[in-house]
Amino acid sequence: MTNTWQDIKNANLVIVMGGNAAEAHPCGFKWVVEAKIENGAKLVVVDPRFTRTASVADYYAPIRPGTDIAFLLGVIRYLLEKDKIQHEYVRAYSNAGLIVKDGFGFEDGLFSGYDHEKGDYDKSSWDYELDEQGFAKVDDTWQHPRCVMSLLRAHVARYTPEMVSRICGTPQDKYLNICEMIADTSAPDKAMTSLFALGWTQHSVGSQNIRAMAMVQLLLGNIGVAGGGMNALRGHSNIQGLTDVGLLSNLMPGYMTLPADHEVTFDDYMKTRQFKPLRPGQTSYWQNYRKFFVSFQKSMFGDAAKAENNWAYDWLPKLDIPLYDIIKAFEMMNQGEMNGYICQGFNPQQAFPDRGKIRRGLSKLKFLVTMDPLDTETSRFWENFGPQNPADSATIQTEVLQLPTTCFAEEDGSLVNSARWLQWHWKAAEPPGQAKSDIWIMSQLFHRIRELYRKEGGAFPDPILNLTWNYTDPTEPASAELAKDMNGRARVDIKDASGAVVLKAGQLLDTFAQLRDDGTTDSGCWIFTGCYTEKGNQMARRDASDPREQGIAPNWAWAWPANRRILYNRASADLAGNPWNPQKPVIQWDSTKWVGIDVPDYGPTVKPSESVGPFIMNAEGTARLFARDQMVEGPFPEHYEPLESPVSNILHPKVSANPAARVFADDRKAFGSPSEFPYVATTYRLTEHFHFWTKHALINAILQPEEFIEIGEVLAQEKGIAQGSWVRVASKRGHVVCKAYVTKRIKPLSVDGKSTHVIGVPLHWGFTGQARKGYGANTLTPSVGDANSQTPEFKAFLVNVESVNGPEV
Amino acid sequence: MTEPPMADLQSQNYIRRSASTLTPPSVRNHEDEVAKLIDVTRCIGCKACQAACMEWNDLRAPVGTFEGTYDNPLDLDPHTWTLMRFTEYENEQGNLEWLIRKDGCMHCEDPGCLKACPAPGAIVQYANGIVDFISENCIGCGYCVKGCPFDIPRISPVDHKAYKCTLCSDRVAVGLEPACVKACPTGAILFGSKKDMTDWAGERIVDLKSRGFENAGLYDPPGVDGTHVMYVLHHADKPSIYAGLPENPKISATVEFWKGLIKPVALAGIAASAVVGFLHWVITGPNEVQPEDEKEAERVLAAEREKRGSENPYIGGGPA
Amino acid sequence: MTRPKGTLIRNPTLIRINHWITAACFVLLMLSGLSMFDPLLFWLSNLFGGGQWTRAVHPWIGIVLVVSYAGMVVQFWRDNLWTKDDSAWIRAIDRVLANKEEEAVPEVARFNAGQKFVFWSMALLIPILLFTGLLAWEVYFGTASSIETQRAALLIHSLAAIAAIIIWIIHVYAAIWVRGSMRAMTQGYVTPGWAWRHHRKWFRSLAATGSSGPRPHVDSSETRK
Ligand SMILES: Nc1nc2c(c(=O)[nH]1)N[C@H]1C(S)=C(S)[C@@H](COP(=O)(O)OP(=O)(O)OC[C@H]3O[C@@H](n4cnc5c(=O)[nH]c(N)nc54)[C@H](O)[C@@H]3O)O[C@H]1N2
Ligand SMILES: Nc1nc2c(c(=O)[nH]1)N[C@H]1C(S)=C(S)[C@@H](COP(=O)(O)OP(=O)(O)OC[C@H]3O[C@@H](n4cnc5c(=O)[nH]c(N)nc54)[C@H](O)[C@@H]3O)O[C@H]1N2
Ligand code: HEM
Ligand code: HEM
Ligand code: SF4
Ligand code: SF4
Ligand code: SF4
Ligand code: SF4
Ligand code: SF4
Ligand SMILES: [Mo]
Repeated sequence: MTNTWQDIKNANLVIVMGGNAAEAHPCGFKWVVEAKIENGAKLVVVDPRFTRTASVADYYAPIRPGTDIAFLLGVIRYLLEKDKIQHEYVRAYSNAGLIVKDGFGFEDGLFSGYDHEKGDYDKSSWDYELDEQGFAKVDDTWQHPRCVMSLLRAHVARYTPEMVSRICGTPQDKYLNICEMIADTSAPDKAMTSLFALGWTQHSVGSQNIRAMAMVQLLLGNIGVAGGGMNALRGHSNIQGLTDVGLLSNLMPGYMTLPADHEVTFDDYMKTRQFKPLRPGQTSYWQNYRKFFVSFQKSMFGDAAKAENNWAYDWLPKLDIPLYDIIKAFEMMNQGEMNGYICQGFNPQQAFPDRGKIRRGLSKLKFLVTMDPLDTETSRFWENFGPQNPADSATIQTEVLQLPTTCFAEEDGSLVNSARWLQWHWKAAEPPGQAKSDIWIMSQLFHRIRELYRKEGGAFPDPILNLTWNYTDPTEPASAELAKDMNGRARVDIKDASGAVVLKAGQLLDTFAQLRDDGTTDSGCWIFTGCYTEKGNQMARRDASDPREQGIAPNWAWAWPANRRILYNRASADLAGNPWNPQKPVIQWDSTKWVGIDVPDYGPTVKPSESVGPFIMNAEGTARLFARDQMVEGPFPEHYEPLESPVSNILHPKVSANPAARVFADDRKAFGSPSEFPYVATTYRLTEHFHFWTKHALINAILQPEEFIEIGEVLAQEKGIAQGSWVRVASKRGHVVCKAYVTKRIKPLSVDGKSTHVIGVPLHWGFTGQARKGYGANTLTPSVGDANSQTPEFKAFLVNVESVNGPEV
Repeated sequence: MTEPPMADLQSQNYIRRSASTLTPPSVRNHEDEVAKLIDVTRCIGCKACQAACMEWNDLRAPVGTFEGTYDNPLDLDPHTWTLMRFTEYENEQGNLEWLIRKDGCMHCEDPGCLKACPAPGAIVQYANGIVDFISENCIGCGYCVKGCPFDIPRISPVDHKAYKCTLCSDRVAVGLEPACVKACPTGAILFGSKKDMTDWAGERIVDLKSRGFENAGLYDPPGVDGTHVMYVLHHADKPSIYAGLPENPKISATVEFWKGLIKPVALAGIAASAVVGFLHWVITGPNEVQPEDEKEAERVLAAEREKRGSENPYIGGGPA
Repeated sequence: MTRPKGTLIRNPTLIRINHWITAACFVLLMLSGLSMFDPLLFWLSNLFGGGQWTRAVHPWIGIVLVVSYAGMVVQFWRDNLWTKDDSAWIRAIDRVLANKEEEAVPEVARFNAGQKFVFWSMALLIPILLFTGLLAWEVYFGTASSIETQRAALLIHSLAAIAAIIIWIIHVYAAIWVRGSMRAMTQGYVTPGWAWRHHRKWFRSLAATGSSGPRPHVDSSETRK
């Protein structure tokens, strides 16, 4: 989230598209209700199904899964055509006026630089034209044919209302109505908030879905303001924390990236990370990259990381491919290239696409370790549970080790929520049985492995042997100790220019501004610096007071970065520093400093006249309508059909799906065709369950006991499917036999003149737990991911459905 | 008594007590009437309330099956005191609405269950308006089921006691809001004095009307003298579209008659017949066989004996 | 049981047993039913071990009653068929009530019109009570019919019960009032004088066929004449 949960109440328009906030985030959804009641806000829902969110919406429109980009580029076209953009804002805070290189182009669904052989782009043309000083050229009148605004106009011209409706199946009148509601928030004192989650991410064009809406928000001047923003409603209670501390295969803590193979030296590595400002006077905060990086290395390796060994740069793993995501991992298992797997708090047998492939992969392992409080399907993948898990145990040699762990209520710690708040929690109960904390288990592993390296040497023992491990109880570091490591300390007395000691050795740091690149500070995750200071555990703060009753309680827990609650809040004020919306100012310039309810984006005394852009992480200082080379499939979003789609791309049939998507050969063979699998399916969650674990809890099992699919009345009638009767749903990859919920909430969509049916598949069932045995939605889903993040395309694929007499036995 | 007195801790503020002919203890009269306001228009059907009710009251219905609806369990039962009922409704404009109503006891001001209950003190109403079942007094007859205009109480087949939402009388008694209210994430359930809730509903209705729900209104049916659980409805003119919420609930005329007039009349009738009998006895006395009757009978028998021969043992003869 | 010489059998053993089963059931049903009918009488439930027991046991007793009364119907129905004499007897009820049965009251066969009324009204009310009682029987049939039906059932059940109770009171009073009746149902016999006074036609038919009761010898009456 750029903003915070409470801030949603400041919105004039709430758009839930690409998510189902009421069902997946019922607690946070109270702020939407608050916006409606206290702020007279309208709620718009765009979803293939009429969801529980839609049940309290002012306006609902259906959309075919996987076509949001067409819808949103259509919205952009509408805004530009009707001139419903916030000009001053766009001019100052976006890259609309920057001029793009001559070689950049887009034709027949492909941007310039595509290599058909490799299925990949050479992105060198996706950049600005620079002047002699290395600054991007700019035309703030937006007249230049190659300025971003002109290119954007040309790019979205194809997305007429007719075209949007033909692609998305959304009736034109509904679509235009929504365009109008959105356009109204281009007024400087009006804000729209975008709430989204997997309805956008789980597509082969997932990241671009989000970009498209971010561009809409930018044009409307809705980023950085109260009640606005791009608000990704995150998933697991600490999934935000997971990304923050870099638990993705290509990341390091604080969104630093792992080196690639070709970045042999530390200097190579730094070159591509410390972006120089692309506009005069801009900050380009990544210029501080070195400080964050060195402090991280010091935190990891202590004294062993020193200037002489380039801060132990060589001890970091280097990537030979862009990333080792989960789809890749299971591909490698299937190819016999990965033969051990530690599955910590993860249930891929149910959670990942193409369950058959997952089972086959796990079956080829030498060993599988599961660390989980529950008896998951992954731990039992080898056992025959009937049609729901038809494993042939005798042929499976995998040794499975189940390690029972504690869960959050059985330990102290912090969780980072969607609003980037680090909230401390306290142990409430003793763990049952032999359960041990994840920290204990990992520590045990570490000590044993280090011992082995000590005794036996091995190929590359250095990183393991030199790892810092200073804890009161080395066998089980306390959560607070780990939190302090994340925060970081001064390693020596640190003096200011006058020689006075500003930080004593060992002192906890207050802000990442104190980090240094000379090895005198350490910090495990620079964005977290400030969470645990000499003043105590900031995450444990519980002061709910909200000084202006505007949804910002600065003393409740702690938000990264620097306790900032609304990112890009500088953009909430105009160039002179006066708030666009005087009713709901976030920060403003009082002629000497920035004041307000939030921590400003940059130094509190940086004058507006210095025109430092609010988007300090970007070298331009502005937000990007044109993404340069940051996205795999293009600097502008473009509508590509899902890998499995009932129609080919109307705009460019030859390049129907995302040309930059990574598809493994076997997975491609497992894609179905619309002739065989004529219906579009999408998968999603229900309020009553959390993924695959609440089925172990009796109350949840009672509230939603059995697997089912949702199917519209028209298709049900065609197929002779009665309410609550048994059906068999099949994709090229497998089938599920379960009950049917025949509903008015899914209606056939007219896509390019053809009636298209959507089938809804809730994902929660499996073969362990207290609810009734089920197959799980991922029996059906295709193994392909978003071209940027590799988030699987769970939300749009093809199936067939037929009525059957009863359950399979 | 082996069971601890359940929920009877509030016995001093009863205003109604089932099957009681004497005034129940009711000294605490300085109490506001309470109400739970369920704003159907902001309910997202998350069932947190249902789960909270199960948690607080330690209720666990059996794990059921999917039957083509999100209503789970499928109906109220002794373990399910509140239940979200989902209705897919196509309005006049042809737009879909998904109406989600939290079903459960309405805590009627004039409770039909209490009227019907034959067991003294099995159903009570507190001064704050809450209608509560006191299980130890319940005999399991099921009359409350017949008395209720909302089809709420359920009789356990195990212990033969009636169960329904207590409006968390145990929590309310110690100043807490009901468990379901506490759990509701959207504030769709509110709890407070009946007046405050009515006022707040008024504000909600203004907002709803401004959003095009011309018939938005408060459901506080006068037929049962109002309820202590009220709904804000988008379509207050058509309550029945909300999974059969009664249009104009009142205690059934059959029940009124059964539990009203016929009781005194019947008892009077029974007493009267006994009295008439007694008077007849006093006035007329017993109807006794007279010696003449025996003589006449003997005469007839003698004649008969003569006719047939005296050897006939049967006529007026010995043992059968 | 020894029957004094010269007396007539009014109610043979089997009938007496059955009658008293019926009577006992009825009394228990009445007591238990009334305890649920009116709070004034709820204390009666103590006789059954409390409300739960009362509620539980009542319908079962009802079933026993139905069975035993069915037996009585089999035993009695022929002698309860209505005749012209019965109508005349009803018209002369004032004299009957005044203990003046000899004054132009038609001669009575085995049962008088009052007894027939008891017999037939019970024969009507008990099935009604059974049927409505089953509908109201929460434990087994609580969901078998609509609540509306159950409401009507309970209303009818209680009305029928009240009617039955009033009839029962009349019946019992008659048994007390007409001396000798009790013995007829306890020990089973009546004196010829009792029969002559109250059921003269019955008496004549026994005498005429040489039967000592309870019914005339139909076959022998013809042959022996
Ligand atoms: N109750 C509950 N809450 C949860 C979870 C849970 O398991 N249960 N999981 C948590 C986690 S980990 C996550 S990541 C979040 C996810 O939160 P959400 O993303 O909100 O959840 P989903 O149900 O996966 O998908 C949301 C909606 O996307 C719609 N959709 C599908 N395809 C498309 C499309 O192409 N376009 C548009 N516009 N919509 C589409 C679906 O119909 C669905 O209604 O929820 C979190 N919260
Ligand atoms: N078809 C389809 N598939 C999907 C999705 C979809 O929308 N559609 N959504 C995807 C999304 S967004 C997500 S996040 C994934 C979720 O996929 P998973 O994360 O695999 O699913 P969970 O059931 O949440 O599994 C988490 C496990 O962590 C365990 N756990 C809980 N607390 C702890 C702890 O403290 N320590 C340890 N070691 N374990 C713990 C739980 O018991 C549980 O078994 O599913 C994905 N799969
Ligand atoms: C013939 C079979 C009978 C059956 C199956 C039956 C069943 C029932 C049932 C189920 C009830 C509800 C209470 C409970 O569950 O126990 C009831 C109530 C009652 N029964 Fe019966 N019963 C029968 C016969 C009788 C008879 C013969 C009488 C009359 C003497 C009687 C009098 C009553 C009364 C007065 C009530 C209470 C009604 C009220 O509360 O208004 N029942 N009966
Ligand atoms: C508990 C109280 C009862 C008493 C004291 C009682 C007494 C008697 C007596 C004395 C007779 C014999 C009359 C005769 O032989 O002419 C009789 C007959 C009879 N009783 Fe009862 N009775 C009782 C209850 C009942 C009940 C509850 C029923 C039916 C539901 C019943 C049905 C009959 C019938 C059908 C006869 C045969 C004569 C007739 O048709 O009236 N009695 N009873
Ligand atoms: S996990 Fe459940 S209780 Fe917790 S915030 Fe999300 S919806 Fe609310
Ligand atoms: S709703 Fe039914 S059970 Fe609840 S108080 Fe009213 S009559 Fe009684
Ligand atoms: S079942 Fe209902 S009516 Fe009967 S005693 Fe219990 S509470 Fe009262
Ligand atoms: S008030 Fe209490 S008993 Fe009633 S539904 Fe809510 S939680 Fe359940
Ligand atoms: S908890 Fe609130 S929002 Fe959720 S179902 Fe219940 S009333 Fe509706
Ligand atoms: Mo997630």
